[in-house]
This record gives sequence, structure tokens and C-alpha cells, in this order.
Amino acid sequence: MIFTNLRRHRVRTAIGAIGIALGVATMLSVVGILGGAVKMFERILRSDSEMVVFERNVSDLFFSNVPVGLADELNSQKFVREAKPVLFAIIAAPERPVVTCFGITTTDGRLKKGEWLFGKISDFHENGNGIVLGERAADFLNAALGDTIELGQGQYSVAGIVRMENGFENGGVFMPLLTCQKAFHKEGVCSVVTVALAEGHEAAEVKHWMRTNHQGLTALENEEFSNSYSQFKIMKITAWVVGGCAFLLGGLSVTNTMILSVFGRIRELAIARVCGFSRGQIARMIFGESLVISAIGILSGWLLSMGVLAALRAIPTLQGYVEPSIGLTELFGASSLAILTALIGALYPAWYAAKLNPAAALRFE
Amino acid sequence: MNPFVKIHDAWKSFDQGRVEVLRGVNLEVNEGEIVALCGASGCGKSTLLNCISGLEEIDRGHVSVSGHDVVNESVRVNLLRKHIGYVFQFHHLMQDLTLAENCYVPVIAVGGARQEALERMQELAEATGMSHRLHQRVRELSGGERQRGALIRSLMNDPKLLLCDEPTGALDEKNREKVFDLLLDLVRKNGRTLILATHDPELAARCDRTLRMRDGRI
Repeated sequence: MIFTNLRRHRVRTAIGAIGIALGVATMLSVVGILGGAVKMFERILRSDSEMVVFERNVSDLFFSNVPVGLADELNSQKFVREAKPVLFAIIAAPERPVVTCFGITTTDGRLKKGEWLFGKISDFHENGNGIVLGERAADFLNAALGDTIELGQGQYSVAGIVRMENGFENGGVFMPLLTCQKAFHKEGVCSVVTVALAEGHEAAEVKHWMRTNHQGLTALENEEFSNSYSQFKIMKITAWVVGGCAFLLGGLSVTNTMILSVFGRIRELAIARVCGFSRGQIARMIFGESLVISAIGILSGWLLSMGVLAALRAIPTLQGYVEPSIGLTELFGASSLAILTALIGALYPAWYAAKLNPAAALRFE
Repeated sequence: MNPFVKIHDAWKSFDQGRVEVLRGVNLEVNEGEIVALCGASGCGKSTLLNCISGLEEIDRGHVSVSGHDVVNESVRVNLLRKHIGYVFQFHHLMQDLTLAENCYVPVIAVGGARQEALERMQELAEATGMSHRLHQRVRELSGGERQRGALIRSLMNDPKLLLCDEPTGALDEKNREKVFDLLLDLVRKNGRTLILATHDPELAARCDRTLRMRDGRI
């Protein structure tokens, strides 16, 4: 009966399913895009390390000031294999007001990971004026190896161009740390110190040492950092809120569909009762129809979101900036919400249909 | 012998008691009996049939069918599933489904076996001359065919009691005769009990007994 009823009212069924599909697709797309962006940003911070040290209680890492000397102090501790300072900044270029800038030491693993298209890593000097551009940055800055480009208040020569997997890095500028500090008047400080632990040692040792020696700073494991960093939290909450709103609309669509469905076949429901359907069977039929609509919506929404994310991946200007990915958690979350929405949406129609007086319904004009 | 349908002092009103439709009805119908309920429109024939089937609840009094007191929802559902078939003046079939799909609805309600149901459907369709129309959509059937279809649906679960509310009321003379003949044939052949609400004296005359209703009383 459930499938027969849905097949008989194809348009109505399609509208309900589309509502759910758009909700699912919006949620999965938004969560996928923002989740991907968070993961990419996490990877920028991580870069072969397990922990990150930054200034306590800062709202954004761009405002974090950590003494560069901390990296040396940490490097002398037995529980640290390697500690590296990184300065994050935003710099303006002609016709490009926002360019991400990474102030790094020459030994930083980032440039080693990239594919050097022009120049070589040995041209990146600690205190030099030479900078390395990500491939996309070189593209939009229209710069080639050996060119001198204007960034912020300064002129810099292009010492290399690298292709980075991460879009933020691929569209960014790598400056020697000292040069970067000078450019942003942040001499002696960096944004974060990334910490790779020595073998056999644990993050707790770093945390304890930091609490004892640098109370104004905080050391977090990467996962802890991801879960606590306010910008990430905002992004994740935004994703779920936007998705939730989309679901609310989807839910209303299902409710509307089911109400129309019940009101449009009051006599049919009465006849079903005359044929021996119990109130429970009628209610189950309405819930079943709603759940099938929801299942169609979930499947369509999932496919739609895969399409949207694939399309985003194919846009050249977005390549590497968003890493859309839908995890099982997201899929499970969206599906659960869709099912819940379908059940709530069918609650009133099912109740109405079940309590219908068949004799009165047969007289219904 | 205990009567198959027994009604004792049944009262039913609508509009919060302002409109009294049944006023102390007493009725006994034996198994296999064919009874016509006659009377003018609004005299309470349909309401009485609804109360027998449990579609309407009586305000007071007592109704029992096949030894079951019609007192609560589960008894009503059970009666409609196993003991009572209902045919209305209008066929009330789902227009966009085939006749076979419509006839399968009572089987879904009881969770009956598919193959057995299909065989029974075929048997009834042959008896009613509808076997060639089973897979047509209802909207493609004529008025007489639809009413014969409604008759097949009402008999799908092999009920012992058939309640018919003006079953030929919406048909032309030729179809009226045809459908009524068929109805009597199917009822008599299987020893079913029939209570027929009609205001057609000719049809009533062909039943075993005719009861006249007036102002909510028999």
C-alpha cells in the first residue's frame, strides 16, 4: 500500500522527496565544504608535528604572539624531537588585497613537501629577501622566478615557485621568518610553535613543561586544538546550523506533503478502515510513506551533494582551497535528521488519519 | 439457534444528541437470512448498517455480530476483517488503481496469503463476469462494472455477513437488475447473511424478509 500510494501521487511524493533531498544536500555540502576547509587548515598547522603551542586565550591565531626563542627552549627538551616557529599573516598585493603569508624557517618541512616548479629550496635563505610563491599565488600575482614583486610595503624577489597540495599554501607566500617578522613588525615573535614529540614521549610532558615555564602560552595536541579552536568551532556550528535550517524547510515540505496526502484521500482511508485496516495500520501506513519519501530524499540528497562537491572540486579557482569530503559521521547525521524530520512531519497527518471516523469520512464531500 | 446479528434497544444520535437517528432499534437476523431494510431517505437505514459493522458507535443499547459484542475498536476491526463485507451506493474504489489492486486492499488488512487471495479474486471475478476487467484501472470501468468490482472487494475475505447500502442506487435499470441478481446469487450460494438497505420495493420483495424503518425505529 505504501509504495502504491506514493506511486499514485508521484508529484506530491517528488515534492516531499525534493524537500528532504535539498535539506540533505545542503547539509552534506556545507558540512563537507567547511569540514574540508577545517581539515586543510589543520594540516597547515600540523605539518609533521603532533602539537601546537600558541598564546593562551587568543580569538584567532593571527593575533597570537609566541616568543621565537620558545622553539629553541623546546628543542633542548628531551621530550621534543623538533619545534619550529611559524608566523601567519595576511598581506596585500596590487589587485589582491588578501594573500596568506607564512613566515617559516628554512628547515620547515612545508617547502620540502611541495613540488618545486621553479628554483630550488637552497635559494630560500633565513634572512634573505627571496620569497617562495605557491603555484596559484604566482599565477594571480603574475610572477615568475627572479621577478621582483610588491607585497605590502615591501619589494621581494621570487626565489622559487612550488606546487603545494593544500590550497591555502598553494595560494600563499612563504617568507623567511625573519623577513616576515620585519614586514609585520613582529620582531622576535611568531604565531605558533609546532612541536614534534621525541619517540617514547607523550604530549602531557610538553603540556606540563609549558604550564610550569610559560603560563601565558598553551600547548595542545592537534586534535584538542581542532576541537577547541574557536574559529573551527564557529565554522562547524555554522555548517550544522545552516544544514539544520535546510532540514527545517525539508521537514515542512514533508509535513505539507503528508497533510495534503491525508486530506486528499479521506474517503480512501475510510474505505481502508471499512476493509479492515486498524487505526494502527493506517498510522503505520502514513509513517511508512513519510519514511519512504525521506529515504528517497536521503539518497537523492546524498547523490546531489556528491555532484555539488565534485563540481566544486572541478572549479580551477577553488582547487586546493576547499577539500570537500563527506564522512560517515556527516552522512549518518544527515540521514538521522532526515528520518527524524520525516517521522515528526508525519506525526499530525498519521494521528489525523488514524482517528478518522470512517462513517463520517465516507459522507465527506 | 442464536441470531447471527442481534440488536437490542440501540440508540444513536448526532450533533451532540440534537439529532436522534436510531431510537431503540431491536433486530434479529439469522445466519443465511436475506433481509431488506426499507424506508425513506434519512430514516436511519445507513446509520443502522454502520452501527452493525461498528463504523458508528451506538450511544446505548447492544449490538452483536456472530456472537461478538460490538463494544470496542479491536472487535470492530476484527469483524470488518473476517465477518463483514460492506458495499455502498457508490463503489468507493480507488480510481487510479486497477480493480485487482483495489480488491487486494482487504487482504492487506488481514495480512492474507497472496496466492490464495489471487485465486479467490479470480474466482469472484469469474462469478461476477469481471475476470477480463481485473487489470483495468477503475476509471476505465462502467458504473455497473465498478459496482461489481466493489462486490468482489467486499467478498475477498469471505465474510459471513454482507451489508449493502443502496448497492444499486447509482445504477441504471439494466445494471441494477444485473448487479442485484449477482448479489443474491453470491449470497445464497454461500449461505451468507445479507442486510440490504434500499428504498426500492421491487428489490426488497426479492429478499427473505422486509423490515420498514421510520423515524429511527423498525
